[in-house]
Amino acid sequence: MQTGLEEQLGLYQKRIPIVTRSVKGRFRRFKTAVLVLAYAIFFLLPWLPWHRLDAPSQAVLFDLPARHFLIFGLTVYPQDVVWLALLLFIAAILLFFVTGLVGRAFCGYFCFQTVWTDFFIWIEARLQGERPARIRLIRQPWDREKILKVGGTHVLWVLASFWTALSFVLYFGYAPDLLVRFFQGEAAAAAYLTVSILTVLTYAAAGLMREQVCTYVCPYGRFQSAMYEPPTLAVHYDVRRGEGAHGRASARAGLRTLGARHAQGHGDCVDCNLCVQVCPAGIDIRDGLQYKCISCGLCIDACNTIMDSFNFPRGLIRYDSEANLALAAPDKPRLHWKRLNIIGYGIALVLMTGYLGYSIVTRSSFDRAVTQIRQPLYVVLSNGDIRNRYQIRLTNKSGRDMRYQIDATGLPVGALDLGNFRQLSIKTGHSALVQASVRLSPEWAARTSTFNLSITPLDLPGERRIEAIRFDKPGGQK
Amino acid sequence: MSEQKLQSQTVQTTGHAWDGDLQEYNNPLPVWWVYSFYACVVFALVYWIIYPSWPVGKSFLSGMSNVTYVNDKGETVSHHWNTRAVFMADMNRAAAEQKPYFDKVSAMSYQAIAKDPEMNGFILSAGKALFADNCAACHQAGGQGVPGFFPNLTDDDWLYGGSFETIHTTVVGGRRAYMPAFGEVLSATEIDQLANYVASLSAIGHDAAKAQAGNALFHSDTAACFYCHGADAKGRREIGAPNLTDKIWLWADVPKVDGAAAKVVAIRNVINGGLNKGVMPAWGERLSPEQIKVLTVYVHELGGGQ
Repeated sequence: MQTGLEEQLGLYQKRIPIVTRSVKGRFRRFKTAVLVLAYAIFFLLPWLPWHRLDAPSQAVLFDLPARHFLIFGLTVYPQDVVWLALLLFIAAILLFFVTGLVGRAFCGYFCFQTVWTDFFIWIEARLQGERPARIRLIRQPWDREKILKVGGTHVLWVLASFWTALSFVLYFGYAPDLLVRFFQGEAAAAAYLTVSILTVLTYAAAGLMREQVCTYVCPYGRFQSAMYEPPTLAVHYDVRRGEGAHGRASARAGLRTLGARHAQGHGDCVDCNLCVQVCPAGIDIRDGLQYKCISCGLCIDACNTIMDSFNFPRGLIRYDSEANLALAAPDKPRLHWKRLNIIGYGIALVLMTGYLGYSIVTRSSFDRAVTQIRQPLYVVLSNGDIRNRYQIRLTNKSGRDMRYQIDATGLPVGALDLGNFRQLSIKTGHSALVQASVRLSPEWAARTSTFNLSITPLDLPGERRIEAIRFDKPGGQK
Repeated sequence: MSEQKLQSQTVQTTGHAWDGDLQEYNNPLPVWWVYSFYACVVFALVYWIIYPSWPVGKSFLSGMSNVTYVNDKGETVSHHWNTRAVFMADMNRAAAEQKPYFDKVSAMSYQAIAKDPEMNGFILSAGKALFADNCAACHQAGGQGVPGFFPNLTDDDWLYGGSFETIHTTVVGGRRAYMPAFGEVLSATEIDQLANYVASLSAIGHDAAKAQAGNALFHSDTAACFYCHGADAKGRREIGAPNLTDKIWLWADVPKVDGAAAKVVAIRNVINGGLNKGVMPAWGERLSPEQIKVLTVYVHELGGGQ
């Protein structure tokens, strides 16, 4: 019988703040390099000029009002949405491929959540000091020092979030002009809305929520577990080497050399806890592979630093595979790519990337859609002739004004009537709608069920496109 | 581990016991729920300030948000926020965007509109919408009409003429077609002869002897068909009398019935009963001149025009 006096179990576990220690090493250098490169691209790309005759001179511009994306020399129209779909497929397969090989490499090094959190922690460390100083600050009452340091950190975070949001918006308008209008209060409402939402989201995700995003919010982190296999390389703690027969032990007197440790049955782990202190997810990698681990490699750096200082061999925590660690005598860790699914992902990647490239390189300079008018499907004319009508929509994607000619083959002379538009000029990025009709005598109609319609850009005759078009008549298709 | 923890802990009660041992659990709401609730309260407060909300006596708090629009009478109206006003404002905005095109339409000649690719595209889309709103009820969505009731606008037979000007006249003023019933004037034999003659004009199977008699009757003062349909039976567009020699049938649904005899019967029925249903209303008062111009060009393109 419960008395109701026991302690209440909360439905929501309060977050234990994770205060990470800075660390130096290979993985830290790699992460910093990725961060600098990613920020350089993200923040500077909107400012990169690109000479264009008839559109804003911005290298990457997602011009929504004009309904095209300008990406360096490429103009993408809404009709090319299949490229976006393909790009997303490629990204998904690339994630599968990489995760199957080396685990959550995306999470650890490239995900914007990781990158921005890293940057926010860097700001925090610059203002508030190293881990011990920050922990002291947390415990300290709200005095002048704490208000200045913590307040300053949050102000910088908000500024960084704001500039992140603003940079994102700058991709959707001509940056130099949009920036000025934004601060003059003359930009579109959508710009202000986007900037405020993204500022709040960036501040909350990178400043406040951090690893909780990876643990509770992000679906990708979770489903990547499904791609881990025994040969997958991941950040592992070598339990046998670290624990020995009698477990880990601190490097107290008499336990400072490997020989002495092994003689007493202790492993190589000196239990310095540094791997836990540097972990941005706040986990202990020595508990084994776990879902919170974003595989950033900082614990490897931390452990190697300690191993070096004791003159122990490196790699107590290292990139290794479960299969290799299970061996009696583990080999040197290496990439196991000769697996059915990895090769399958690889082939899919090559094929899809190849097709995307091919599709972009051989893109047509115009789009066409020929639709038969179905109300009515055909009409009998006064002399008994049969007429079908069609609507032809042409979109000029060539980047300059063009003239197009429309012809039909497999029809008697004069059967195709285009009104005034056998040839028509279309401005770049614009569409034209043309009504066409085909008139056949009953005899011709009887033996015609399709004919060929060709559309030729007069300046680029090589891009002529021919399409088989249906012709309907009384009695239906035979 | 967490399961053990759950078992060792129990739920708090409100601390009050009824009837000796009856207690009530005190299960607090989840924190996220409580905060969402507070957020909803704040949202509601802001909403009350911006939008119409509470009833006050016979009126209500109209909120601070205002919508300004131009109504049908051309007056500028400012109203507290409501969906009807927002709709009107949206329509105003759309009309303003359309205006340059309609201005161009009224400034250009029919021929110039038909030759301009951009205007032609506008006619095809705006004309389609206008046609669907005003004309499709009778002439059907694609302008294909209904045999026996409403003429097909996509063929090349124009009862009142297929030039821009005559189409314009038809749309503005409407039309009324009439054919007297000959059942009371002529005998059944005579009507049968006339029907055979009309069938012969379109090369439909017929009785040659009857057709010959019908030919004489057609051109006689007794039946006087030629008054309206013309001596050559090709019709007269001034009064909308149809051409009887082509392959297009509006009133007698000849293409639908099978067999020469049945087709002649279909023609006979029309001569016998006459027609008084070829009525098209006038649109001059209901549509603006620009809209009528757009419709004129659209209808002209439907059937290829003349």
